Amino acid sequence: MGYLLRGLRRPNIICSFLFMLCLLLFCTNMAWAGEHTIASDPTGEHTFALDFRGVDMSESFGWVLLTGFTILFMQVGFIFLGGLLQAKNVLSYMTHCFLATTLGALIYFVAGFALMFGGFEFLGKHLGGGNAFIGWSGFLLLGDSYDVRTIMMFLFQAVIATFIGSIIAGAVAERMKLGAYVISFFFIYTIIYPLYGHWVWGEGWLWNLPFGSGVRDFAGSGVVHAIGGTLAFVGALFLGPRIGKFSKDGTPGFFPGHNVGYMVIGTVLLAFGWLGYDAGSTLAAGDLRASVVAANTFIAGAMGAVTVLYYSYLKTGAADIGEACNGFLAGLVAISAPCAYVAPWAAVTIGLLGAIVYMTNLWFVEEKLKVDDPLGAVSVHGANGLWGLLAIGIFADGSYGGVSGLITGNGGQLLSQFIACIVALAWAGGLGSLMFFILKNTIGIRVSERVESEGLDVNIHGSPCYRLQTGAEAPLGAEIEGAAEDTEGQKNTEILEAAFAKDAKREKIYSEKLGIWITAKPKETEK
Amino acid sequence: MKKIEAIIRPEKFDIIKDALTEKGYGGMSVTEIKGHGNQKGVSEVWRGKRYKVDLLPKIKVELAVADEVCDEVVQTIISEGQTGSIGDGKIFVSELSNVYRIRTAEQGDSAI
Repeated sequence: MGYLLRGLRRPNIICSFLFMLCLLLFCTNMAWAGEHTIASDPTGEHTFALDFRGVDMSESFGWVLLTGFTILFMQVGFIFLGGLLQAKNVLSYMTHCFLATTLGALIYFVAGFALMFGGFEFLGKHLGGGNAFIGWSGFLLLGDSYDVRTIMMFLFQAVIATFIGSIIAGAVAERMKLGAYVISFFFIYTIIYPLYGHWVWGEGWLWNLPFGSGVRDFAGSGVVHAIGGTLAFVGALFLGPRIGKFSKDGTPGFFPGHNVGYMVIGTVLLAFGWLGYDAGSTLAAGDLRASVVAANTFIAGAMGAVTVLYYSYLKTGAADIGEACNGFLAGLVAISAPCAYVAPWAAVTIGLLGAIVYMTNLWFVEEKLKVDDPLGAVSVHGANGLWGLLAIGIFADGSYGGVSGLITGNGGQLLSQFIACIVALAWAGGLGSLMFFILKNTIGIRVSERVESEGLDVNIHGSPCYRLQTGAEAPLGAEIEGAAEDTEGQKNTEILEAAFAKDAKREKIYSEKLGIWITAKPKETEK
Repeated sequence: MKKIEAIIRPEKFDIIKDALTEKGYGGMSVTEIKGHGNQKGVSEVWRGKRYKVDLLPKIKVELAVADEVCDEVVQTIISEGQTGSIGDGKIFVSELSNVYRIRTAEQGDSAI
């Protein structure tokens, strides 16, 4: 213990949070010890029986748990999308995704799940209290929710919840403070995501809208991607573009990715997990619609990829695989909500239109709104999430769950889905703006110009992602014990901060002589 | 003719390159190098422990220029690359006896 504490720098926010979490867990465990009611079934003895129902139940357990594991694997895909960033910021983006996978799941465990699924019934187990607007049962999975069925639902939902953070990470990459990102989690995972999720998946007021069958969202186009994409947009808006992204007249520049191959790997890994995500959302092994769901998901994504690939080839003469990967993801996001309710031909159409929505939105966000979104998270997740919600209202053919859309001559469903879109935009946009506004004006959300120029990896995470490995390179020098006062180093850092802050004010100007955009000193030095 | 070797901060490379290109000295060779001068106090974290770093990443820019413009090029690099902090780098200027262009076999100033 003494070894761990030796040389510890200022205890930061994460440490104090983890300490408080442990304390909370300990206290509540003490309070609840031995208080399971008869209705809860922590061992599964009552849920399982050696008869037909028992076998059916255990098949469902196998199905939902295994698909849950493939969903966790999607985070590998998200992490690999970091190939589209500059080499100096890769660890930073990966840390953001990693924190979403770990800290995000923990916060969801403490409060998110209870708010989202309180009052929900799953495989015959009714989870405590909840009304149309909020749930309040299942905090820390204690008491009545200490039950095999509830906890299976928790696992499936917790791995899905981790995506929100990863989606936001793509839009705020290369310039966000780690502390602000962590603090935003407490707000996102306890309020923004679970409450909207409760209204749709927790059978709240949106689920029960009187138009059509009420809002339907099979595997999260709205609950996960539209909410995550909207938050990503708000985050990127409040952060502002990376230094040098836009020239003076607003022409966007580009920071080429350091390894587009990673993006291809990540996309296929995401697609693999996505099939499990959508098919597993049947939440029962006995629901054989799962085959249609998986096939729809696959072909919609493939159609999105092929559309973008052909378009990029026709436009530029090069088959742009990086963009095609985003097209794949756009198709997958768009089909997430309607995958169970539509026929395969409709899935292909949704994937095609999803790719068009992606390309149009990318152009709109970058060229018109001047928002800098390094990985295209806003266009892939936000815009296509909303499109996926609407697609149910158009293409649902009434063969599953009684959901029928415009193609069967039924307009009510589209109205429900439209309301869900507006609510998602207003809810995530409004609360997200409030959250980022408060963070921006208190602790600040953006790293200094020096850190941005030198790269976030070295400055925030202490080590570059890719170290030059040449024979001439010496191993690391002596270990530094503790945090010795380094006044000279501090003075240097201050000088650097000032120098890079001045550099950030430089503008990209168009050089008539050279015919290219160049970074130049501000005007006054040219006089 | 002079050969200019400038060792600069990697973060400053784009700015310096643009400034040189704007002034018409676009031809250069660039290498990523590691090294150290008097700079100290830089550390990295590996496996939860903080270590001193002996060699730091820098960028070396090499240009061959005519005698009369040498000073302008050097001043451009200094004014664009200067932060005032330790670790800004160094510029070495040396004499070149001749320059040949392989394509046309020209030599001297016209080959630069």
